[in-house]
Amino acid sequence: MDVRFLLNGETVELTGVPPTRTLLDWLREERGLTGTKEGCNEGDCGACTVMVTDAGGARPLNACILFLPQLHGCAVRTVEGIAGPDGTLHPVQQAMVDHHGSQCGFCTPGFVVSMAVAHLNGDTDADTALAGNLCRCTGYAPIVRAARAAEAQPVPDWMRADGALLASRTVRQVGEGAAGGPIRDAYRPQDGDELAALYAAHPDATLVAGATDVGLWVTKGLRDLGTVIFLNGCSDLGAIEIGEDRVRIGAMADMNAMRAAMTPLHPSYGEMIRRFASVQVRAAATVGGNIANGSPIGDNPPALIALGATLHLRRGDSRREMPLEAFFLEYGRQDRGAGEFVEAVSFPRQPDRLKCYKLSKRFDQDISAVCGCFNITLAGGEVSAARIAFGGMAGTPRRAGTVEAALIGRPWSAETIAAAQAGFDADFTPMDDMRASAVYRLETARSMLARYFAEDGGGGPTLLEVRP
Amino acid sequence: MSVSRALPHDAARLHVTGAARYVDDIPVPAGCLHLAFGLSTIARGAIRSMNLDEARGAPGVVAVLSAADLPFANDVSPSAHDEPLLATDRVHYLGQQLFLVVAESHLAARRAARLGRVEYDEEDPVLTIEQALAAGARFEEGPRIYEKGDARAAIAAAARTIEGTIEIGGQEHFYLEGQAALALPQEGGDMVVHSSTQHPTEIQHKVAEALGVPMHGVRVETRRMGGGFGGKESQGNALAVACAVAARLTGRACKMRYDRDDDMIVTGKRHDFRIAYRAGFDADGRIGGVEFVQYARCGWSQDLSLPVADRAMLHADNAYLLPACRIESHRLRTNTQSATAFRGFGGPQGMLGIERVMDHIAHELGLDPVELRRRNYYRAPGAGGLSAPRAAAPRPPESFPGKMKHVDPATDLTSRGAVSDLAPDRARAEGGGNTTPYGQAVNDFELHGITDVLMRTSDYDNRCRAVGEWNARGGPIRRGIAFSPVKFGISFTLTHLNQAGALVHVYQDGSVHLNHGGTEMGQGLFQKVAQVAASRFGIEPGAVKITATDTAKVPNTSATAASSGSDLNGMAVKAACDTIRGRMAEFLAELHQTVAAEVRFHDGRVRVGSHDMSFAEAAEAAYLGRVSLSATGYYRTPKLAWDRIRGVGRPFYYFAYGAAVSEVAVDIRSGEYRILRADILHDAGASLNPALDIGQIEGGYVQGAGWLTTEELVWDGKGRLRTQAPSTYKIPACADRPEVFNVALWDGANREDTIYRSKAVGEPPLMLGISAFLALSHAIASCGARYPALDAPATPEAVWAAVRRLGHGI
Repeated sequence: MDVRFLLNGETVELTGVPPTRTLLDWLREERGLTGTKEGCNEGDCGACTVMVTDAGGARPLNACILFLPQLHGCAVRTVEGIAGPDGTLHPVQQAMVDHHGSQCGFCTPGFVVSMAVAHLNGDTDADTALAGNLCRCTGYAPIVRAARAAEAQPVPDWMRADGALLASRTVRQVGEGAAGGPIRDAYRPQDGDELAALYAAHPDATLVAGATDVGLWVTKGLRDLGTVIFLNGCSDLGAIEIGEDRVRIGAMADMNAMRAAMTPLHPSYGEMIRRFASVQVRAAATVGGNIANGSPIGDNPPALIALGATLHLRRGDSRREMPLEAFFLEYGRQDRGAGEFVEAVSFPRQPDRLKCYKLSKRFDQDISAVCGCFNITLAGGEVSAARIAFGGMAGTPRRAGTVEAALIGRPWSAETIAAAQAGFDADFTPMDDMRASAVYRLETARSMLARYFAEDGGGGPTLLEVRP
Repeated sequence: MSVSRALPHDAARLHVTGAARYVDDIPVPAGCLHLAFGLSTIARGAIRSMNLDEARGAPGVVAVLSAADLPFANDVSPSAHDEPLLATDRVHYLGQQLFLVVAESHLAARRAARLGRVEYDEEDPVLTIEQALAAGARFEEGPRIYEKGDARAAIAAAARTIEGTIEIGGQEHFYLEGQAALALPQEGGDMVVHSSTQHPTEIQHKVAEALGVPMHGVRVETRRMGGGFGGKESQGNALAVACAVAARLTGRACKMRYDRDDDMIVTGKRHDFRIAYRAGFDADGRIGGVEFVQYARCGWSQDLSLPVADRAMLHADNAYLLPACRIESHRLRTNTQSATAFRGFGGPQGMLGIERVMDHIAHELGLDPVELRRRNYYRAPGAGGLSAPRAAAPRPPESFPGKMKHVDPATDLTSRGAVSDLAPDRARAEGGGNTTPYGQAVNDFELHGITDVLMRTSDYDNRCRAVGEWNARGGPIRRGIAFSPVKFGISFTLTHLNQAGALVHVYQDGSVHLNHGGTEMGQGLFQKVAQVAASRFGIEPGAVKITATDTAKVPNTSATAASSGSDLNGMAVKAACDTIRGRMAEFLAELHQTVAAEVRFHDGRVRVGSHDMSFAEAAEAAYLGRVSLSATGYYRTPKLAWDRIRGVGRPFYYFAYGAAVSEVAVDIRSGEYRILRADILHDAGASLNPALDIGQIEGGYVQGAGWLTTEELVWDGKGRLRTQAPSTYKIPACADRPEVFNVALWDGANREDTIYRSKAVGEPPLMLGISAFLALSHAIASCGARYPALDAPATPEAVWAAVRRLGHGI
């Protein structure tokens, strides 16, 4: 497969690239750019963070689970390209030196890149921007001090160069001659129609969108993916349309875009997405991928199910749709035929009644032990509609049907809540694992309903709102 | 003088530009091979057969070795020769190395390592403390016991008693750079090894054994590690030996690094403990006697478990004068990873035991936990010592001047040639029973002063009241606030390790080459020691070249461990520098007809009477005068005498102190929590570099809090570690640090004569994180009358479960 992109301002053209060669391995082993580190090889530590710029702007990504073909038409900047061409340190680099932000230094290149991207994009929420960079030495305090100190410094010219270079060199177009060609069993369709045709013809192919899940099949599972179809060319599948009656989210919408779209409509969902994963993972992960992989602990499905979402599937030229919850048949099995792919998910516009409660060992960037999403509508003091869905409570994302039934038509009262809480026993039989015990899952799920009720009545500050 | 300046880490600029080289970044010769271990998939049993044909036939594979292929010693143990590099007939934990793949690429090696076809006669593994006790699976013949007085009688005679048990989880190091080694075969069978290790000499030793050569045939170099925390004290042996053996057999360079999952599955972690306690005390909370039974899960091999368990016993008193005390320690052998060194080395677990007792007694008596602790503190030393802080008030982290502090060269003896600046021993021996359970007099107890100041600067009393008022209102969010002190013993308890060497060259242009036995893992040791060298010569630290630790330059080094790095190597470097400075001074004095003591080295200048020259000119003159400008330095810690079997003597040269106040908020419906604020006052002696020391304190606190909160190791019933990656093992992330984080140095001079009167700072601050754990307990205690008896790690689920135990309807 031919791949063309910019690396620290220079054009790189690669032919015959193995489709699952990761950017990290290529940088370190073939380019000798060893500043980008391998910390975990699964996208959880951020030591391999690089800056990737495309038409949507600059974002940090984990190079360890980023396949080279995903970069086609993009600009990549590694830590070696964060300092100026004459060696002048970037303001975040200088601040990291001045504020003692590095100790062992191994995580530092990843931090520097994350900080430089946040600095470029004017993002001053350091806790969120750095949630995907683990440091074991400093306790983060000096790193955050450095980020704050650098805020006021202007963005260096060279940090804006990638966008301009991309526009002038039209990297993507130049590469396109060979882009669609099947070299070593990999394809890169340019839109949904092409994808539909390709996938119908190669129903055994692995679809790769953001690779935040599939990447681990390769880096940890050491799997040979066989035929691969890269979706990064299908920008038409990434649109988020907020209409008057419905919201339609293209399968290729990434989770940062999803966060931006959801925050004004359903703030609790937006906040849950903030904790969904690190900014690096959110910048790669797609809504479609999070649904299609069928994980019982993906955080989007319960929220979307609670919003009454419809899943849109396509195979060749035929399309069908279903309630999202119907897609998840059982653990590891979804209602998706050969050659069929998730095209979009949509849900009706509605007054915001949604609350998403994500419970995990660590607050940020952790997989949910339980994710409970509640969407309860009231009319005349009674519950007129209730959609409650959970992740982490069963082999699939699942609605709490008994609980919903115990609420609908009843007065919105503590008594109703107490009675409905008993329904969780009928709805769920969760399991014990390394994240949580079954009893903890069940009991906290129960308490989430009471929390929803309490917060609906005003309630006090949440844990995140408590100040020292 | 360069010492005491808040200089950045020596490699800071290399770190931020990605130019700092770690083992895996070193350019390798053409044809370099890559290694991976095939691992056991069961925890215990006999190997019936091992078919490696498929692995041998895999693409890119050059060789596959099993135990029978090893030419000489098959052992990578740091202690008891009980850890084969490759298993022979039995496996002892899930993840043990069975065979070694040598391949053309890292990926090819990893792929082939999964292709071993191994048949076992599987046996039930010994995993838990109960199982180990039942099976009599232990190291040493029976429990080790240290005693002071008659604890049982004291408890029986006490007005009040408590008893309980605390479970204390282990901890994965999660150094960001995984284990790595690179072996480069040399002429004549010699081997050069680059290793990410805290202990190059041990790597040299184990590699020499494995190759059947004297130690002089092996040179080990370590420029830096991407974090160590104790996890690279012994755990790098296997990789280095594997690389060296494969390099010998193939004649090609060999490199090995663990994938993160392998790293977590293969290598040892902090020991998990159970500590049962009984304490007797009077109505005012004064302890009469305490009994502890410590159970340590050591894993399958001995590794460093004996000294770790010893140190847990040696910190069972923490800051408290216990009139009678009995500590019983069981070192249990289990079919899990061999637990190893981890920052604090058993001390944290022992300390948490007595802090739990204090917390429990305070709850029982309804006493303020700080007041209770003060009543039980060791006595303060008599007046006249060196304890007073240099700064009038604790200083925040960034108020330290980056510039030189003023030193009057006329009175500063440390700048002169041939003059000893050793102060007389002013640490006053104190009798009167102010002694630890192991009989060491506590002569430097700083915690009365530290506690007084911290109470004021943290506004503890008012905040404690506010927390009480908040909780009295009920509601799902509760607050907790807690104080905890640290007294940590400084020295290797294996006394012979308390020695260090250095090698210093002054070149004829006045530049200095510095080498010593300590390793750099991020703690800033190299910069601190360079500041010492620069100070001795009166030059800027930039004139001192820091070089990689190298067993060919300084031999027979101890691990950089036990917080000893700057204490030992700083002194050794000082000795080497002073030797050269003395020679230069003698020569220049003779030249200018004065005495060596009148030759001053200061500000980059050398002044001899009325003559004034640059240090470079002085060096050149000395060279032309045929003066040797190269010297070794050596140091051994004085005053140590320790009998670990009887538990009597002076294992520690001195103690380092610190204290913290943490405040948390807890959502009792889910057990989720946040650390809102931490205030820390920590004793680094007269700091060699306040910025680096504060970095150790901030980082240590967060790492300690992580150990006791979200970092949970889970094994299943088969002995498989289920939290083997950062997706399931959760170290603190950025937002987990306290939102308000006030860290200050006590900054008093060490009463013992350490390097510039500084104190060790690597391990002690980790234990400040205990205050966060106790604050969680305090918040939970608002939910009922009973004592929460929280276990560690206090994951949200553990907090939630403790709330439920108090009978709080959620």
